[in-house]
Parts: sequence; C-alpha cells; structure tokens
Amino acid sequence: MSEPLLFKDIDEPGLATRAVYERRGGYASLRRALQMESDAVLAELEASGLRGRGGAGFAMGKKVSFLPKGSIDKYLVCNADESEPGTFKDRELMQKTPHMLIEGIAIASYAAGANKSFIYIRGEYVHQADVLDAALAEAREAGYVGENVLGSDHSLSLVVHRGAGAYICGEETGLLDSLEGKRGNPRLKPPFPANQGLYQGPTLINNVETLSTVPAILGMGGAEYAKLGTETSKGTKLVSVSGHVQRPGNYEIELGIPSREIVYGLAGGPPDGREVKCWFPGGSSSPVLLADDLDLPYDFDSLAKAGSMLGSGAIIVVDDATPILDVALKVAKFYRHESCGKCTPCREGTNWTVKMLERIETGEATPMDLEIMASVQEQIIGNCLCVLGDAMAMPIGSLIAKFRDEFEQHIETARGAVAAGAVV
Amino acid sequence: MNLREQIEAKMALYPDRRSAALPALEAAQRVHGWCSPAALAEVAEVMDLTPAYLESVATFYDMLETEPVGRHSIYVCTNISCSLRGADALYEAVREAAGEDAELNVRAFECLGACDIAPMASVDGVYVGPLEAKDVPQLLDDIRAGRPVLPDKQLSRRLVADPNANSQQFPEHPIEEPAR
Repeated sequence: MSEPLLFKDIDEPGLATRAVYERRGGYASLRRALQMESDAVLAELEASGLRGRGGAGFAMGKKVSFLPKGSIDKYLVCNADESEPGTFKDRELMQKTPHMLIEGIAIASYAAGANKSFIYIRGEYVHQADVLDAALAEAREAGYVGENVLGSDHSLSLVVHRGAGAYICGEETGLLDSLEGKRGNPRLKPPFPANQGLYQGPTLINNVETLSTVPAILGMGGAEYAKLGTETSKGTKLVSVSGHVQRPGNYEIELGIPSREIVYGLAGGPPDGREVKCWFPGGSSSPVLLADDLDLPYDFDSLAKAGSMLGSGAIIVVDDATPILDVALKVAKFYRHESCGKCTPCREGTNWTVKMLERIETGEATPMDLEIMASVQEQIIGNCLCVLGDAMAMPIGSLIAKFRDEFEQHIETARGAVAAGAVV
Repeated sequence: MNLREQIEAKMALYPDRRSAALPALEAAQRVHGWCSPAALAEVAEVMDLTPAYLESVATFYDMLETEPVGRHSIYVCTNISCSLRGADALYEAVREAAGEDAELNVRAFECLGACDIAPMASVDGVYVGPLEAKDVPQLLDDIRAGRPVLPDKQLSRRLVADPNANSQQFPEHPIEEPAR
C-alpha cells in the first residue's frame, strides 16, 4: 500500500485545529491553487482521474467542467449527509481533519468558479458539525474563506447546514430541496444540478471524501495521483468495514487491492470458528457477494463486473451463523422507512417487499412468493425519480437469487410449524 | 439570543431565507421540547411562512418531533451493522430500563454512521459504543444525573488507527427482531 493521503496524520493530537493542520502542511495546496489559473486547477483535477466517493463514482473533474462559464452565481454543495448503512468514513474526516475538507472546498470552488458554498451535514452528526463550525471560524479568520481568499480575486462564503434525519437527503436533488427548506423529495432530472441546482443556479455537488482528497491532488499533482490505484479507479479510498469482523473501522486502501486483504487482513475477518456467508461491498444498497468473491480486486470496475458496486466504500460482513431472511428484512425495512413516497414503485415496492418477507417468517408464504418478490424488485429498478427504490431492489434481488434454497427452506419450515399448530 | 433572534440569524446566512426552515425548526424544538403548534406558529411568524408548510416539513424528518417527547433523546441504532452485533437486544434492554420515565425519549434509529462502535447509541447527540446490556444502567444513571454519558465509550475518544479498541464478544444470536 502506498502512503496514506487522507489518513496521513489522522490521529495527530489537535489536527482539527488550524495551527496543527498548517504545521502538517495544511493550506499549502490552496495557496498553490490560487497562484494558478482556475482552468489549470481544473486540469489537475481531471488529470487525477478522481471518481466521486459518495456512491455513484462519477469523475470529479468532469463534473466540475459541466458547470457553465461566466459570472453568474454558482454554488458548491458538499454532501455530508452520510447515511448509507455501513458508511462512517466522512464522519471520521470531518471530526478529525475538518480543515482538509474546508481546504478542498476552497480549491474546488475556485476551479468551478463558485462563490457560495454549503456543507449539508446530517443532523445526527452533532459533534462533527460543531467541529466543522469551529474550524470554519478559524479558516475565516485566516482568510481561507471569505472575501478575496488570501488576497486573490476569489471570494467564497461557506455555511455548515445541519439536516434533520432523512436518508433521502443524501440523494443530490433531495439534498438541494432540503437545503432550500423543503421536504427532501428528489427532483426530476434533467435538468441536472450542474445546470439548474440550488436556487435554480449551476451547482457542483461533491461528497466529503472527494473534496477532502483535492488538497492532496493539488499537492502531488494530478498525474502523480493518477499513478495510484488501477486504470479506471485511481487513488486511495477510505473503506468502512463493519458487521461480523474482529476489527471494524475505517481503513485507507489503494484501490485495486484484493477485497480479502481488507476483510481479513485489515479487519481481521469473522470471529474464530465462523465463515463469511456474504458481504455487501458498497453499503446496504449494493448487491451482496459471496465468500469466493473476496478475491475480487476492490475497485469500481471489478465490483461492477461481478454484478455489484463499490458504492460508498462500506463493506458489511455477514457470517454463517446469520439467517439470510433476517438480513433481507433489516435491509427492506430500512428502505421502506426512508422512501419519500413520491414515486409509486418505490413507495409500494418497499412496503410490499417487507410484507412478503414477513409472510415467510410467519409461515404464510409459498415458494411462488419468491417469484413475485423477485419480480417486484425488477419492476422498481429504473422506474423512479431517484435510486432509493433500486437501492432496496438490488440487494434484495441478489439475496433471493443467491440464497434461494435457504429462503425456500425457511418457507417450508415455517409452514410446517404453522400446520403443526405452533405459534409463530 | 431568544428564539426570534436565533431564527433571524439563521435566515441571514442564506440567499433565500426559506433555507433556514430546518435550523429554525430545530431551534424551536430546543425551546419548546417538540415541534408543537405553538413552536410552529412562532417559526411561521418570524419566517413569513405558514404553520401548515412548516408542519409538512417537520413531518418529513426523523429528528423533528411532532408529538411531545422526553427531553433526553436516546437513539439506539438498529440498522444492519449494529443488528449483526446485537443492537435489537440492546434496544429492548434500554427500553425496559427506561420504563415509564417521561424524561427519556428512547427510539430505534436507522444507521447513525458509527458501525465501528456497534452496537451503539446517540445520547442527546453524543455517540457511545460498543454497548452491552450491562452498560445500560450506568448509561441511564449518567443521563439522569446530567453527567457525561459513559465517558470511556464515547466515540470522540476513539483513535482511527486503533481498531483493536473495538474487539469484543459477538452475541450468540446475531439478529433478534423486536417482538411485533
């Protein structure tokens, strides 16, 4: 593994303060960027090949380049609504090294020509939002944020905006509505936020980890950064590992290392005597993979080719002592709770999926229900304004496909118990 | 600052003052205990919005309370990663120990973004974990006494590079659904 970039000094005492961050080389990249033309900064971002770290994996530089030129009001919004089950990497960055994020925002806003920026942080992250507010006050005082940043022509306002508990606000257009003081319902796309986003203005939306990587890219140069990782997955990535592993936590890895090295090497694998039954490679929205798939390189394309996705970089490990029905129910119930209710396939599909899974548990289901349930998943995918419904349909569909025998067995056992007069 | 001044300060931060709706409702909830009709009316007047509009916003978000609740919130994460490590039993234990205490607002919550300290809870915004059933009495004692809750288990003290801090026993039965 190369040297860590994001976690370089992560446990340095006082790293959240400007003094320590600067002593470790902080804000040098912003100074460098402001000496360059904004187009040259954008070129560095594009050369780095950095792909968005929030879930979709879209090329960050390209996203910046989509914003129209000219002097109209443009916005940068940092998506800090980290809510994908299993994901806790942005929390670590904001809490431990908030100035890295602020520096990244200042550089990216310069490249994009945006003068107003916001960090939309989930309301549950109370401590992290307080840390960010304190760091922002320090950054303002030092002239890293505000009118004429470090004496340049670039001006930037930044507001830390706290959400109030809704998974859907991590979806970029739901986030924009929420930031405008509304219910966080996703919008119809197009228009895409790059053209019409916050307050109808051109808006760049990036995840915390993506923006926090920007200072390192400017520091080492885009071409140098692009040497890390694989051909299509450049750089390092924070991976949150949780569930049945002995050392859950955040790890910075170079993209493309074997998944096994993360699950067993870094996180210690399942406890003694237990085996991996399945694992979610990119949060609970990603289709599950099996133990054999642990040999896959951990990068965007390898996981996509295997029918899943890297998503937010959250690996959830489920061991062989866990009934698969329980996992499916947990996942489905979450999406039912979080569906905003705007699109019928998602609102009804998540609800029916939970009901059908519960029928299995209570002995009321027949094997045909599995077919119906699988077809419900297929009818959700691609038929809604956003991908929340898909985010349930993909993992549930994969669980049914990969553990059909166990589901059928569960149906038979529960039916048998009911027939024998047992109370379920 | 009184509530009006707090809301006005928030409104001044945004190009469109309606953006202050969530911070304003959150501030009103801190004063009134929940998003009561009186709280909504007060926010509506300052922001020049209707109470009905604000109610539609408040009902959308999990952290805005639309019924009276206890003043201490205990969110127990019961999503997948915490459940795999015994969160459902933990939630039941907290609920049972809290009993009829009207000061405590015990809720099963969706993923709180702290699966590294699973199973965990957020107590008035402070993250603590990994929790076991035997931690629950101390947790509630700390809340009731107004002390920092379980100081040794607070997330803010955890080092990134010390994942062994979380090595622990696994529960016998990983997922236990609460009784329906």
